[in-house]
Amino acid sequence: MPTDLRINGKTHQVNLPDDVPLLWVLRDEVGLTGTKFGCGVAACGACTVHIDGEAVRSCQVALSDVWGEVTTIEGIGTPDAMAAIQQAWVEHQVAQCGYCQSGQIMQAASLLAANPAPSDAEIDEAMQGNLCRCGTYPRIRAAIHSAAQKMQEA
Amino acid sequence: MASFKKIARRSFLIGSAAIVGGVAFGAYYVSRPAPNPLKPAEGEAAFNPFVMISGEKITLIAPRAEMGQGVHTTWAALIAEELDVTLDQVEVIHGPAATAYYNAALLGEVIPSKGYDKSRFMHSLGEALGHAGKLMDMQVTGGSSSMKDGYERMRAAGASARETLKLAAANRLGIASSQLSTRDGKVIAPGNIEIAYTELAAEAAGLEPVEAQLRHRSEWKLLGKAQPRVDMPGKATGTAKFGIDVRLPGMKFAALKANPHLGGTMNGFDASEALQMPGVEQVVDLGNAFAVVANNTWLAIQAAEAVAADWGPAPIPGTQAEIQDAIRAAFDAEPNSTLRDDGDVSALPQGAQEISAEYEVPFLAHATMEPLNATALYDGSKLQLWSGNQGPLLTRNHCADALGIDPEQVEVNTPMMGGGFGRRGELDFSVYAAKLARQMRGTPVQLTWSREEDMTHDFYRPGAMARMRGAVKDGSAVLLDGQIASQALPPQLMSRWFGMTPAGPDTTLVDGAFNQPYGIPNYRIRGHAAELQVPIGAWRSVGASFNGFFMESFMDEMAHAAGADPLEFRLALTRQEWAPAAKVLEAAKEMSGWTGKTADGVGRGVAMTYSFGTPVAQVIEVAEEDGLIRLRKAWIAADLGVALDPRNLEAQMFGGMAYGLSAAMFGEITFAEGAAEQGNFPDYDAIRMRTMPEVEVRILEEQTHISGAGEPGTPPAAPALANALFDLTGKRARRLPLMHDFDLLI
Repeated sequence: MPTDLRINGKTHQVNLPDDVPLLWVLRDEVGLTGTKFGCGVAACGACTVHIDGEAVRSCQVALSDVWGEVTTIEGIGTPDAMAAIQQAWVEHQVAQCGYCQSGQIMQAASLLAANPAPSDAEIDEAMQGNLCRCGTYPRIRAAIHSAAQKMQEA
Repeated sequence: MASFKKIARRSFLIGSAAIVGGVAFGAYYVSRPAPNPLKPAEGEAAFNPFVMISGEKITLIAPRAEMGQGVHTTWAALIAEELDVTLDQVEVIHGPAATAYYNAALLGEVIPSKGYDKSRFMHSLGEALGHAGKLMDMQVTGGSSSMKDGYERMRAAGASARETLKLAAANRLGIASSQLSTRDGKVIAPGNIEIAYTELAAEAAGLEPVEAQLRHRSEWKLLGKAQPRVDMPGKATGTAKFGIDVRLPGMKFAALKANPHLGGTMNGFDASEALQMPGVEQVVDLGNAFAVVANNTWLAIQAAEAVAADWGPAPIPGTQAEIQDAIRAAFDAEPNSTLRDDGDVSALPQGAQEISAEYEVPFLAHATMEPLNATALYDGSKLQLWSGNQGPLLTRNHCADALGIDPEQVEVNTPMMGGGFGRRGELDFSVYAAKLARQMRGTPVQLTWSREEDMTHDFYRPGAMARMRGAVKDGSAVLLDGQIASQALPPQLMSRWFGMTPAGPDTTLVDGAFNQPYGIPNYRIRGHAAELQVPIGAWRSVGASFNGFFMESFMDEMAHAAGADPLEFRLALTRQEWAPAAKVLEAAKEMSGWTGKTADGVGRGVAMTYSFGTPVAQVIEVAEEDGLIRLRKAWIAADLGVALDPRNLEAQMFGGMAYGLSAAMFGEITFAEGAAEQGNFPDYDAIRMRTMPEVEVRILEEQTHISGAGEPGTPPAAPALANALFDLTGKRARRLPLMHDFDLLI
């Protein structure tokens, strides 16, 4: 029985068992590889996507439980038309290996949607679940502040 | 890609070569400071292609693994500086596996010399290169060596290409080259004539490459300034392609499972239940592991758990205590090395106060963010491999061996790496994927490790112990006698890479201890190799990752015993030995406003480690908040000799420190029945947004040679933090991870 999913504004029919996590539907079935596999147990945040605007760990959401419209990193901007938050990431040269950054950006985007001017403590709180083994945190923090400012000015 | 591969081999012999509609430029390899063993020693000419220009575009080849350190951008900038192109005009690619891309600088790192002592270094390097029979397979990214290796020859490659393009333009216009200049990918002639390099490609292809002088630093336009990283837009938009993102038509997804009892055999398995599970297509025997092949990675991982395998025991002591005993027992055996023996440590200088301390650090996993994976397609004669690896030639050769085919029949594609830290210099993941593809002829397959499989099948940073004895007098150190016990890395790594076991002392075991720029008159360091079969590998900064902690913790203990300020204590000892080390300490002192005093509830620690040619000083400040200890601020000063990209170097420095802090605070792998007991981030956590200190970095250029960046930020992190904890609590940290003995904020 195929499942219909709305992802980045498009409908996809998926033929996979109900319990396959959204992460693996996106990566191996739909071909959206921007969302990353890091741990499979919601401990690293690399797989963060939005469902109806809320940041979730896609490794923990079963296909049959997807309750709304899914947005992935590919859905918020492209290299030629980046979202403000992605521009801030480039401006601050955040990424090193870059593997965790899709998840970092999706987590930060949902933070900024809920809180347009987060404090350092609020950034700590919101971003604590997103691991970066390269240690890019100082630049992630700077990029979030910078994006917040730009989005408020816009 | 096929024609490109041909070029890489051919132009190795002839310098530059025509390609379809374009030209590939080479640069004569000027090996410094030792003679080039390829040419003078063996009568060969070695030309390496790093610049390709076709009618459409300019491509620069950066044949080093991009695993986050920004090597593609800075490598390309070295070429672009002399070629007179901007980085947004060019495409930067990793390119194929090729002998022409070997790394000479890395070999210099294995030599038992202090390093900061230049004349000894050069002498030893010459000797070592003369015996480096395996040089040709060393297209390896590691040892913080890329910029040391590429600094001169990549600029030479760019300069030669530029002058050859000018000659092509001069021939076309019938004027002398000297009347021409170059700018932004164009040759400029009198009368406002501009000819794009791409237009000249075909004509330049027929010319002998022109040699050119390198520009003086004062003329640099790109180098020395921050360049936007070429991989940044892709990494900010999810479009950068990592190994795990490779997608091929008809590709299957597979999960690996190997014996958790490391080094044990696989005596058989029952896959009947797994084969009934959804999406599963087959379970393939890979000798000492199996792979479940499915239409989805997650389904494959689930099914792998359902396979009942008969695993043989590991050739490793059964308990963690026995493993530690085996390391400790090495102290009683003859030393593997005594690479420093200054003065006489046997006698206590008159009036000196003796102190001693023992330290211990655990095994560590690399835990790259991107779990291990590789993708392969075998058509019956030729293997195509996509593998995020740090050694394309070794990868090619080992995959060829595993399949019984010629190395020329293996094409290695090297995508972006979600972290390497040394793990991706290993060959296991590539070889497993190749073996799997052999049994799936004509069907591409991606083999992925679960996080648990990755963490429990690492080549670990070895556990290590130190027995330190020292003496202080009149506020300074007069004696340091250290013994380090750990497993030796070269016998394992060289055996895996080349099938041979090197003889002689193991430099890596004592790196970061024997070669520290401290003018202590009686200074001896002995290494003791432990007899253990735990799989170990190169982990960011290798031996310096533990010796930095041993040395700099003990330096702090000696300073304390001497009644001296720990920063001034180090300053006095470095000033007399090697000025750049003193300069980084002075910079850290100034940046942090170090006074030797801290407010109640605040502690500060300092550490300085010289590794991979680079002295790095770090000051870390901790504070007690609500009964927990938080890392508040860090200051880092490093001397790179030549700062090619200051912003990227800053990232390497604080990133290296973060990697060291993660391990110092939380990192620990223990073994039971030869199996790692930690499998995922909840058991093996790392520093996170809340726990990362605010950080300031200063890059100095005092020393005469360009030095390494990727690793030297790591070793001083643990001791700087441990020394800060002592300052705050009065309790010495003599073992890691610190979470066992201190109430750290997590």
